[in-house]
Amino acid sequence: MKIKLHVWRQKDAESKGKMEKYDLDGLSPDMSFLEMMDMLNEKLIANGEEGVAFDHDCREGVCGMCSMVVNGEAHGPKRETTTCQLYMRHFEDGAEVYVEPWRSAAFPIVRDLMVDRSAFDRIIQAGGFISNHSGPKPEPNSIPIEPGVAETALDAASCIGCGACVAACPNGSAMLFTAAKVSHLGMMPQGQTERYERVKDMTAQMEEEGFGSCRNYAECEAQCPKGISIAFIGRMNSDYLKASLIEPVDRRGKMKAQ
Amino acid sequence: MLKLDAQLPEGPLEDAWTNHKNKLRLVGPKNRPKYKVLVIGSGLSGASAAASIGAMGYQVECFCFQDSPRRAHSIAAQGGINASKNYRNDGDSTWRLFVDTQKGGDFRAREENVYRLAELSTAIIDQAVAQGVPFAREYGGKLANRSFGGVLVERTFYCRGETGQQLLLGAYSALEEQIAAKTVKMHTRTEIMDYVIVDGKVRGVITRNLVTGELKRHVADAVVLATGGYGNVYYLSTNAKNCNVSALMRAYRRGAGFANPCFTQIHPTSIPASGDYQSKLTLMSESLRNDGRIWVPRDKDEKRAPTDIPEEERYYYLEERYPRYGNLVPRDVAARNAKDVCDEGLGVGPTGYGVYLDFGAAIEEKGVDAVKSKYANLFEMYHRITDDDPTKTPMRIFPAVHYTMGGLWVDYNLMTTIPGMFAVGEANFADHGANRLGASSLMQCLADGYFIIPVTIGNYLSGHEKDNLTTEDAHFDKVEAEVKEGIDKLLAIKGKRSTNSIHRELGQIMWEHCGISRNEKSLKEGLTKIPELRKDFWSNVSVLGENESVNQSLEHAGRVADFLDYGELMCHDALTRDESCGCHLREEHQTPEGEAKRNDEKFAFTSVFEYKGEGKEPELNKEPLNFEALPLMTRNYKS
Repeated sequence: MKIKLHVWRQKDAESKGKMEKYDLDGLSPDMSFLEMMDMLNEKLIANGEEGVAFDHDCREGVCGMCSMVVNGEAHGPKRETTTCQLYMRHFEDGAEVYVEPWRSAAFPIVRDLMVDRSAFDRIIQAGGFISNHSGPKPEPNSIPIEPGVAETALDAASCIGCGACVAACPNGSAMLFTAAKVSHLGMMPQGQTERYERVKDMTAQMEEEGFGSCRNYAECEAQCPKGISIAFIGRMNSDYLKASLIEPVDRRGKMKAQ
Repeated sequence: MLKLDAQLPEGPLEDAWTNHKNKLRLVGPKNRPKYKVLVIGSGLSGASAAASIGAMGYQVECFCFQDSPRRAHSIAAQGGINASKNYRNDGDSTWRLFVDTQKGGDFRAREENVYRLAELSTAIIDQAVAQGVPFAREYGGKLANRSFGGVLVERTFYCRGETGQQLLLGAYSALEEQIAAKTVKMHTRTEIMDYVIVDGKVRGVITRNLVTGELKRHVADAVVLATGGYGNVYYLSTNAKNCNVSALMRAYRRGAGFANPCFTQIHPTSIPASGDYQSKLTLMSESLRNDGRIWVPRDKDEKRAPTDIPEEERYYYLEERYPRYGNLVPRDVAARNAKDVCDEGLGVGPTGYGVYLDFGAAIEEKGVDAVKSKYANLFEMYHRITDDDPTKTPMRIFPAVHYTMGGLWVDYNLMTTIPGMFAVGEANFADHGANRLGASSLMQCLADGYFIIPVTIGNYLSGHEKDNLTTEDAHFDKVEAEVKEGIDKLLAIKGKRSTNSIHRELGQIMWEHCGISRNEKSLKEGLTKIPELRKDFWSNVSVLGENESVNQSLEHAGRVADFLDYGELMCHDALTRDESCGCHLREEHQTPEGEAKRNDEKFAFTSVFEYKGEGKEPELNKEPLNFEALPLMTRNYKS
């Protein structure tokens, strides 16, 4: 099969980018989308041109590294599928295919299709953890967890942090990403101590990074490769509201000398 | 000659680790911030090590080549993590986990290390649960277990088919907590180019920023390598595309001994390759063998769809050949048998290199929903990749390169032969012998990172006197100049072949000559082909672009250069180990049933290779293995 590719090329964060057109022939429908990109790069290198830079690693849909907007949708046309798990059989022979990077002020372009998603790490640093040191811990079966709760927490924890939710949202909001972590930890009994502080801190960081606010477009859920539900955003909002009613306690400050 | 003092503890195994810990020297909390530790890699072992050491108060800097530490390939582990909790009351114990691991590894690991691993297994589960890892629970809210290949108890803890992801996110969140607390400084999109050795100790690294190309010097008191496995030497493997051997090879060239490089695990259940454009192989968790039955048609010329083939015309070769373990034989046995039946012409699928993994019987017995709920994301993944629904037609699977038991030689404290340089997780060779059991890699990574390195590193640092070494030192000038020279050399070749095509060719050589089974003649051929390919690489590779920007072609070229050298080392090791053991099947040494036949008299040792300079044959050093607690026995999964 063949396709007409249009790919965003941009040398670095400062340069101006533009779409370049490439014709590709001899593709197999069983080829993955990234294998098609490999083939394009081989072809470019053979012609003495630099390949298209794109992020990818595990190529099995879990690392969250790959990040392409394909034909206007984050990770392309297939639901609950990362770019690396997209196959050429999902496209028509002779199709025009447009490939762009995530577009968001909070995700600056590094080169071509690569963006900087370190804002997500900083949101996690603001509170996306249960404070712990390594060492002896209580026997886990001493705190039973209802299987339904563990399952729902796992649904939220399945987020791979790829940023498709931000790329999909007309407002560039990171609510789904943040809500998934807040919900995962907030549902588990282990995460209760820091629950309300966590939601406030993570939300504040999210705003600080320049992500937009949520207007219930629900595009994030539609384009999330892990199908994470926007119900978690509702959960986060409810926790946030409760948190704003609780007197703040500075848990991370220095302990006062006795 | 390398000095291989394994620092093994004395006394009975049961108390060895505790006694050893009690003898280790400590660094007090006030002194810890004076020491700088670099952790290279941020997967399960790297993130857990960096978080644990950081929380103790040491100055830690952690490096990864991805854009975030959460992306490391530990994330892709599907099935589960072992721990001898004995929640099922099926007779499990630390001793049994030790025995299973040692037997599974075909007696090519140190007893003391393996026992410690088994002993720490339960604490890992406690730690992960405390971090909020949402393990599967039973109706009463207690932790659920399932069984895995090579064992007769149910001791595997899991989060659907994404256990690695959840454990990594646990370790990642602990790491991010420490980054927020400023005890750990994270460097993403950064690659380790080389190490600076001063007075025989590792004292720093040179890194390359993968966005700007900037080379940077880092001075350190200790360096922990957590750089994972290097199955990508075969080009096609279940590893992530960017996994590589470079950090280990560069340590090897600076004097670290490389142990058992030829021990490579071929995983029995991966999705077969569909064409020559294939860029990687996708694993289907071994846990599928709990409910899936493996078979091929009895007739070579079978043309019917698998669902139309009647029961009596199906050859359930594992169940027939190994009645006691059936489909749950260890990985190497399952992989070799799959290759054998395909070589006999019974294979299925377009390439003839595939066997069926059939859930028909399990679905009939338990219902579609029950089976689906156990393997939901695996079924979905398979469906997406192949366009076949495994609940309606059997999966097609074939072995793929998966895990590398070999790695840098380390002593009981996880220190390499270079003082101050440690290796944890898959990057070291320590615990799995010649074959790793399923659900044991996550366990080893976290035992190393959460529990072992935090105490052993203090033992080293307490004896390491602080000096005023800075990055201005002449040792740094020299290494940085060498790194720069290496980069310029790659960019100056301006040949015709892409790095990818050379990497792919190396992979074919390795699979053909040092793959699922090996023999002297074929290994020797491999050893002549690799240097020829290396010559082609250094004269004809095309690396476009410049150093001072994102240049994925340059990154790949540097890694392929190391793979070429490494492939040779692997073949060399496979040739010198003139016996079969675990994953390493030398065709000259098999039982009449085609099982690996060990030669304990001659080969009960760890092979440790020492770099002797470019183009020179590496020197083989031997660390003898002693089997006192568990006497040597022959693996027998048949009865």
